[in-house]
Amino acid sequence: MSAPTREDICQLENEVYSRTTLLTPAPLSYCPGCGHGTAHRLIMEVVEEMNLQADTIGVAPVGCSVLAYDFMDIDMQQAAHGRAPAVATGIKRLYPNKFVFTYQGDGDLAAIGTGETIHACNRGENITIFFVNNGIYGMTGGQMAPTTLPNMKTSTSPFGRDVETMGYPLKITELIANLPGTYFVSRQSVHTAANVRKAKKAIEKAIQYQKLKKGLCFVEIVSNCNSGWKMTPLDSNKWMEENMFPFYPLGDIKVPK
Amino acid sequence: MKDVRLMKGNEAIAEGAIRAGCDGYFGYPITPQSEVLEYLMANKTKERTGMIVLQAESEVASIHMVYGGAAAGKRVMTSSSSPGISLMQEGISFMAGTELPCLLLNVVRGGPGLGTIQPSQADYFQAVKGGGHGDYKMIVLAPASVQEMYDFAKLGFDLAFKHRIQVMVLSDGAIGQMMEKVELDDERPRWTDEEIVKMHTWAATGKTKNRERNIITSLDLNPVKQEIINRKLQAKFRKIEETEVRFETIQCEDAEYLFVAYGSSARVCQKAVQLGRAKGIKVGLLRPITLFPFPYKEVKRLAKQVKGIQCIEMSAGQMIEDVRLGVEGIVGVEHYGRLGGIIPAPDEVLNVLEQNFIKAKIYERTH
Ligand SMILES: Cc1ncc(C[n+]2csc(CCOP(=O)(O)OP(=O)(O)O)c2C)c(N)n1
Ligand code: SF4
Repeated sequence: MSAPTREDICQLENEVYSRTTLLTPAPLSYCPGCGHGTAHRLIMEVVEEMNLQADTIGVAPVGCSVLAYDFMDIDMQQAAHGRAPAVATGIKRLYPNKFVFTYQGDGDLAAIGTGETIHACNRGENITIFFVNNGIYGMTGGQMAPTTLPNMKTSTSPFGRDVETMGYPLKITELIANLPGTYFVSRQSVHTAANVRKAKKAIEKAIQYQKLKKGLCFVEIVSNCNSGWKMTPLDSNKWMEENMFPFYPLGDIKVPK
Repeated sequence: MKDVRLMKGNEAIAEGAIRAGCDGYFGYPITPQSEVLEYLMANKTKERTGMIVLQAESEVASIHMVYGGAAAGKRVMTSSSSPGISLMQEGISFMAGTELPCLLLNVVRGGPGLGTIQPSQADYFQAVKGGGHGDYKMIVLAPASVQEMYDFAKLGFDLAFKHRIQVMVLSDGAIGQMMEKVELDDERPRWTDEEIVKMHTWAATGKTKNRERNIITSLDLNPVKQEIINRKLQAKFRKIEETEVRFETIQCEDAEYLFVAYGSSARVCQKAVQLGRAKGIKVGLLRPITLFPFPYKEVKRLAKQVKGIQCIEMSAGQMIEDVRLGVEGIVGVEHYGRLGGIIPAPDEVLNVLEQNFIKAKIYERTH
């Protein structure tokens, strides 16, 4: 028997996976190997599977994902740097039955927007926050972030983060998990197929639970920034497993009783 | 029967907002305007009209909550006083860039810095010339009475949605705190979500199958496109300059001398006009009601008629720059102001006008 041709394989009955219709045809602007793209896809897959497009309003941050609205086929608003949780609060308070989420990086959420993050969590806003933690400022060219690991080199900590003078990395996810206003808090990654499956489960819960109006749902995705870390995508994933995960351990941090 | 009440300025604008169909207020306490939030909370707006009122953690958060609510097509507002309004400039600039309607109230106090809690008009430049980054304008309304504080809530929302622009009510500690009689009108119902979807086709309310996505963003990395966006904004501001100028003239018909003043200063000048007329001085008052758009044409018309223009401001002289632009050098223009939270007295400002233009006669026109 001759080997099957491409046409033989590309048949509807052979389809095991297809791209969600809620990603626009626009090519992603992310560096190859970056976790942002996978995170976008997972969120949009879940919104599609739950049939929520017409009820979803997303808030994009300032950071590499500032253009998230170019890729996610939903109504979206672009927030000022760090202010997404306040913007989402404004929307959700006026549309309590819509699904409202923010998508933010670590500089956005845990540096300039720390106040907005903590208070939205503490008020128990019924919104969902997706937090992509890559330990660096990707968009502006690899400066130190609040989540940069001790001794990690960045363009503004060229000899490594000296915690004596530059402070310690902020475990904001653990911090907000301690607040009574958060309902579901989980930390995931999207760098392997197995992790993608787990991350999707957490995203599903974080969206599903918003309907209960019991408080803020928060999913951190520890991700790579191969450009900022100055590594190949494969090396950056390895470095992430060896260095980021021990400091930012994966798994659910707060689950409903 | 008419519903007439004795109210503080801050309470009046809060009541005005409720009756204008406001959907959401987000704010942070600061003297001399905390009564706005207090009044709204005490009035149980959620039960009364469904209006949401939330005390935010800062003015930064307040304005971005307003930004979120406005993007979704709702009538939203915030209020603060000078230091808080400084903090809001980021969000105001974002709303300018995304052309979102909202109502903002600044009950101005003396600055710079923490300054004083007493009334001032020193935030004119910030409000009128664009306090945040980028080329933009807001419509700025200057109330001179508690009634106008009430009226400008509805007017402000209507102008905001008519032009998709931010409307700032530029008040001050005196107008905010003083009590006067206010005539209230009937409550206007809030828009339903269905009405919003129909009326504000730009609003991000969730993408339905029958329309394109609505994206609220002020970002365009392509400078050519960004220039087009900016030119469109400018065209809107020019249109507003042509159509939305509001002012009041008092005893200007035969005036030989003119006060120009807004807000509290205009109240002082109104009394000074009476005092002057009693002394036989033909003096009138031009009170700009919109500070942007500024009544340049009316200033120019009166400049051709009078022998001198006396600007009165509770600042070191900010509005006077716009008056001078309107006067185009036709007649002398002088500034007099009190700073640091002090309101000038009517005889004080009349005396200044007399000194500058009648006794000194330095600005007597020769033709
Ligand atoms: C008020 C303000 N300050 C600074 C910036 C510049 N800036 C843009 S993105 C960014 C950091 C983004 O880093 P992060 O949130 O970690 O997202 P990433 O790009 O890594 O995904 C900074 C500092 C800005 N746009 N606005
Ligand atoms: S700079 Fe980093 S975070 Fe940004 S797209 Fe590239 S890899 Fe991703």
